[in-house]
Amino acid sequence: MFNEKESYSIYVCGVGGQGIIKTSVIIGEAAMNEGYEVVLSEIHGMSQRGGVVSTELKIGDYKSSIIEEAEADVILGFEPIEAVRGLKKANKNTKIIFNTLPIIPSTLSQSNQNYPEIARIIAILNDNYKHVFPIEGEKLAKDAGSLLSLNMVLLGSAIANDTFPLSKEAVIKAMKNNLNERFHDMNLKAIENGYNAVKSNVN
Amino acid sequence: MDLKQLVKGKSGDKLFLLGNEAAVRGAIEAGVSISSTYPGTPSSEIGNILSLIAKDAGMFFEFSINEKVAMEVAASSAASGLRSFVFMKHVGLNVASDSFVSAVYTGVNGGMVVLVADDPSIHSSQNEQDTRNYARLANLPFLEPSNPQEVKDMMKYGFELSEKFNIPVLLRTTTRISHMRGIVELGEISSKNLSNNNKNNNNNTNSNSNTNNTSSDSNSNSNDENKCHWEKAYFEKDQKQFVPVPANALTMHKELVCKIKNIESVANESDLNEVYKFNKNSNLKLGVIASGGAFNYAYDIVNQDNLEMDILKLGFSYPFGRDRIFDFVKDLDGVFVVEEVDPIMEKEILAVLGKNNLDIPVFGKLNGIFPLIYEFTPDIIRNSFNKVLNNIDSTGKIEKEELYKKLKSMGTSVDIDCYEKPVENDFSQKIDSSISEEIANLMDELPNRPPTLCAGCSHRSTYFGVKKAAEELGIAEEDLIFSSDIGCYTLGISPPYKTADYLLSMGASIGNACGFSAATNQRIISFIGDSTFFHGGIPPLVNAVHNKHRFVLTVLDNRTTAMTGGQPHPGLPVDGMGDLAPEISIEKIAIAAGCEFVKTINPINLRKTVDTYKKALEFDGVAVIIAKYPCTLIKGQKKKNPMEIIQDKCNQCLDCVNTLACPAISTKDEQVIIDEGICKGCGTCLQMCNEKAIKVKIQ
Repeated sequence: MFNEKESYSIYVCGVGGQGIIKTSVIIGEAAMNEGYEVVLSEIHGMSQRGGVVSTELKIGDYKSSIIEEAEADVILGFEPIEAVRGLKKANKNTKIIFNTLPIIPSTLSQSNQNYPEIARIIAILNDNYKHVFPIEGEKLAKDAGSLLSLNMVLLGSAIANDTFPLSKEAVIKAMKNNLNERFHDMNLKAIENGYNAVKSNVN
Repeated sequence: MDLKQLVKGKSGDKLFLLGNEAAVRGAIEAGVSISSTYPGTPSSEIGNILSLIAKDAGMFFEFSINEKVAMEVAASSAASGLRSFVFMKHVGLNVASDSFVSAVYTGVNGGMVVLVADDPSIHSSQNEQDTRNYARLANLPFLEPSNPQEVKDMMKYGFELSEKFNIPVLLRTTTRISHMRGIVELGEISSKNLSNNNKNNNNNTNSNSNTNNTSSDSNSNSNDENKCHWEKAYFEKDQKQFVPVPANALTMHKELVCKIKNIESVANESDLNEVYKFNKNSNLKLGVIASGGAFNYAYDIVNQDNLEMDILKLGFSYPFGRDRIFDFVKDLDGVFVVEEVDPIMEKEILAVLGKNNLDIPVFGKLNGIFPLIYEFTPDIIRNSFNKVLNNIDSTGKIEKEELYKKLKSMGTSVDIDCYEKPVENDFSQKIDSSISEEIANLMDELPNRPPTLCAGCSHRSTYFGVKKAAEELGIAEEDLIFSSDIGCYTLGISPPYKTADYLLSMGASIGNACGFSAATNQRIISFIGDSTFFHGGIPPLVNAVHNKHRFVLTVLDNRTTAMTGGQPHPGLPVDGMGDLAPEISIEKIAIAAGCEFVKTINPINLRKTVDTYKKALEFDGVAVIIAKYPCTLIKGQKKKNPMEIIQDKCNQCLDCVNTLACPAISTKDEQVIIDEGICKGCGTCLQMCNEKAIKVKIQ
């Protein structure tokens, strides 16, 4: 299901501690196991101190792991405003999948800034992009067994759209290779929850 | 992925590895015996991984006190005939440079690779210096991988090259290579690098080594020399090789110059310098010369945009293979030089052209085609290519002669502003294709998310106490200089603390305080972390006492190297391989240095903290305060009950919100609230609330 350039680019963004890098590694490993070329760029640094974390994943014949502006096939936002910040990588056809629960920056009151209303963000995104999927990630993660499975909910959401090039089985196999066996059942449920949330939204 | 795969993985296996993980595998495949580092982003993961698997890999590993010591550990190990691997961030090489330059003079017996990770665009550093300059300064071979596979392969090759010419080899990554993940096909592991309990038959060729063939149980923490898990060698004395007193050093320099001349022929022939053919039948012959991460962007843009330009990738970029360059450029009509950060290859190429009397336009940084600062992106490269290519009419309507003239004039013009911000942040240019005005406006109004001191971080309590003490003593903000250092506590630069007024490098907070003490009559408080104190703080402390300077030194002892992910340091009872180690006392060091005011405080105890700082600020001399409290990110700490606001008592003064700036405290619906999911229960807010409106939440 590659685009005309025989490639697929995923921009994953959010806040430190949300499991963004692990999610990206799982997709990357799944791509490798399916026989694709794949590169991933990670920005670590100050992530544990409340900063922004993003990764850029490119499947296909690429040498560079940086997605060009407006060239992402999927924006996977773990947090609403971080998804908006990632839009420089989006075009009208990009699938914009994001968790709707805000993580309010702790510096908000010092900086005299406001956090935009979620409903307004969703409305503006829908006005400007064709494929917008707000996901109630925390709710679906809790349903799967723990808030800690949030990243697997979003992973499930990312692979549910009909352009995603990797099989669900390959992604699940890579998940099992990367996460503690004790939590496989919970994480499987989380992937299903996220997957179904997008599928039901599409139909 | 289980990190043990880096040791257990077999030749031909494919793993999805981070550049830094690939470096570890490269070291293992190369049979490295001794490895050392001081942690620094973006190279830190190499050390984190080695600290977990060094024993399985049959390798000695240490977190050295600083990069210079790490360099020395590697150099003398290599002089003893073992393969040694030392790695650091770019500014770490500044610290190590004194011994580094001399180690290139003395040369090595066992292979030695120095991996240095640059940080273009300054993701987490104090500058974006280009390590390629050090290859020229020290005169040693230089390798530049473009992806994790090449990191691994060049590590291995680096050791071979190092041993062939008895010279250390410098390998440069950048943030985008160290933190890039890609598919890596593993190679064979050198037989001598299997840990002793895997070793059936030791094929070690080093006749002087007293390596042990212990067949089992060698992974215990025993200090018994016979059970050591890494290979040992025997240092053969040779003063002419290893002691650069003036007479010897002159001979060494002569030998070094000869070595480099010989190595240039290797670079000229090296398959690490490879041409990628894209020019099929274009009449106009343009080419690209690129290295490292910059090559990736150049390749992708040439490939995607069907630009018919051949690319010469330089993986072995010093000594500069001038014959190879000449071969590539001699028939070109123009050449782009794509390199991060400084125009180094560009100058070398200009020299090759000049020496050969070739009049070919070079498009690089010197004439403003590419930016002189920032890391590159595909968008920047496309934009830079287009500055030239947009002037070309591909239909051939322009006479080649005329075009050539035009290109030449562009190649020497300097009228393009190369300091402007890269195009990637300029949304206006792409509004029609991607970002609507409505989205652009929404993006503009998004709140920032700067990194902050964590909830429960004791640095916040220290900073609060310092400000309070100054206030109670009536010292005006501008009269109190905060000399800061490299670590999480540099985040104190932000309001409301603003406790960073001057910053240079690791350990500089104390030396700078000496300078301020001599130069001004202002009060001075310097802040340095525990790991940073050991790294570079001890000599300036001795200097401060001996030269009778006056300031307050704060050692923010949070029991770890927090900024880089929590590595141990000499103040902790554990070493880089997880074994018990003697714990060095910062307090005793300060006393031994002659400090007469040395107090260790728990900064969470606010009243005590304020009082101690008041006394310290009055002290005539160097007053040392060790603010000791563990970093909240250290795993396995006992969870404390969170705080809560007693809403009846809270008078909305917002002092806690505005002067503490704790991520757990905020206002919501006209009320101050504490997020119990974020709160670590440190209790600093409880102590500072004048209304006593904060209490421990009983759960």
